Amino acid sequence: MTNQERRDLSVFACKVRMGVIESVYRAKSGHPGGSLSAADIFTYLYSKEMRVKPEDPKWAHRDRFVLSKGHTAPGLYAALANRGFFPVEDLKLLRRLDSYLQGHPNMKTTPGVDMCTGSLGQGVSAAAGMAKAAMYMGEADVRVYTLLGDGEIDEGEVWEAFLFASHFALYNLCVIIDVNGLQLDGATKEILNTAPLADKVRAFGFNVVEIDGHSFDDMEKAFDAFHACQDRPTAILMHTHKGKGVSFMEDNAGWHGMAPNTEQYEQAMSELRAQLAELEAANG
Amino acid sequence: MADVKKIATRESYGNALVELGREHEDIVVLDADLSKSTKTNTFKKAFPDRHFNCGIAECNMTAAAAGMAAMGLVPFVSSFAMFAAGRAYEQVRNSIGYPHLNVKIGATHAGISVGEDGASHQCCEDFALMRAIPGMVVLCPSDDVEARAAVHAAYAHEGPVYMRFGRLAVPVIHDEANFKFEIGKGEQLTEGTDVAIIANGLLVNEALKAEAMLREEGVRARVINMCTIKPIDEEIIVKAARECGRIVTCEEHSVVGGLGEAVAMVLAQKHPAPIRCVGVQDVFGTSGTAAELLERYGLTAGGIVEAVKSF
Repeated sequence: MTNQERRDLSVFACKVRMGVIESVYRAKSGHPGGSLSAADIFTYLYSKEMRVKPEDPKWAHRDRFVLSKGHTAPGLYAALANRGFFPVEDLKLLRRLDSYLQGHPNMKTTPGVDMCTGSLGQGVSAAAGMAKAAMYMGEADVRVYTLLGDGEIDEGEVWEAFLFASHFALYNLCVIIDVNGLQLDGATKEILNTAPLADKVRAFGFNVVEIDGHSFDDMEKAFDAFHACQDRPTAILMHTHKGKGVSFMEDNAGWHGMAPNTEQYEQAMSELRAQLAELEAANG
Repeated sequence: MADVKKIATRESYGNALVELGREHEDIVVLDADLSKSTKTNTFKKAFPDRHFNCGIAECNMTAAAAGMAAMGLVPFVSSFAMFAAGRAYEQVRNSIGYPHLNVKIGATHAGISVGEDGASHQCCEDFALMRAIPGMVVLCPSDDVEARAAVHAAYAHEGPVYMRFGRLAVPVIHDEANFKFEIGKGEQLTEGTDVAIIANGLLVNEALKAEAMLREEGVRARVINMCTIKPIDEEIIVKAARECGRIVTCEEHSVVGGLGEAVAMVLAQKHPAPIRCVGVQDVFGTSGTAAELLERYGLTAGGIVEAVKSF
């Protein structure tokens, strides 16, 4: 990856984070923490990895993305908007009455959303079903990506889906787990410890890759490993910081599902604007 | 009656899937380690590449079917009613119902007549659960002819459909040559204006037997087969209330939330009339043979006659 590509991705990610803060602040509710930890993966997926057409969101041969951790919709919406699926200005409609940007992703109303999610554990099953369907239809080159939270994997259905994906050798399925270590009530290791996670997922039959979830170089290598693996599903465990990019939200479970007040909003936006200015300056 | 042909509607389900599978490549069938019982193994024998055994994991199976439907396939998902509607309820609601995806749920071994397995497997709440989901079509066919027609109609319908089938072999009461099935339409089986008996599933045959018993006593009953519980045929209910004055509903389901309540809501809002509900009276079942259980819970011609006489 060139320095320029890396900077472009960072600019995009910064805009995603600004979209998250803006939309959650305006909605006065929502989930900024996990949206920010996943901002970089949303960026990479929609900028580099997935074959999608914003001008034709229902294109039959597109790669699919299922946001299994559906509460982080603000991050997904910000990425879709910045990718051109709908206007960035519309992010302020998040969670409004009858808005096409519902509190959790709705495939019926939002261009670019491939599945209704929000009830944890179900998205990964739907993604596995999509991957199986693509294989049955002779279109295994259609790749299916799904993003889970590390709290979400408490749900038993996730492990049912892992068995299913492994049993049917769904090599066109990429399960990404956002390992930020925090869930609503606190640290995942204190609520319901899932460690050693990589060992468990590997034991379920996955090609497991562990990366720094804020490194685009790591992501590039991880997706190369996914493309190269032709006999098993791939799981990317990406280690992240919840609230990444906004100093007072980082690694703080309190920001799982809370909107910033005006003062906090101003501070967050000023931090992100400074990051953006720095990146753009480096771009010359 | 001794020579009447008897077929369990789960058998009809398996056979209809094969009929449909021959015509339509977009049909796939998912099962949760019950294919010998749900009879989807009939489809599996004909189309092994299109039958996906998902193991004993109904929640994943149901949401995976939603994903398949989102890709353009028409998945038929099968398990016992207890698990298809009960265990996986929230997957049906959120992953199939909310996006209104084109998934068909074939639920077998419904109701009390599942028999010896006992209360844990006797699902008498599936109508209530499935009716409550916006946009869900809910069907409970009465015999082999209607069950196969219902499966074909479910495929032709764009959107989610819940189909309920039984374990017990039941008499074939329809003449296939003269039978037309339409989702949302009740079927009047007998003339009569003294009382209307609205039934579905295996209770349609019991209602016909009850009608004969009542006729002996000079009471003429109008028997209506209400295979579609949702969307309910309001017109046939209002007409029955207007012309017969009294309604008895019969279902192999709890009286809470099923056919009886669906009919009562129409009556209360459109044409108030006295109603009696034959069904499982808000209790859990027990082990026993199907015949013993149907007798115990009053789901028989005798029970229907008794309800008619209770007005």
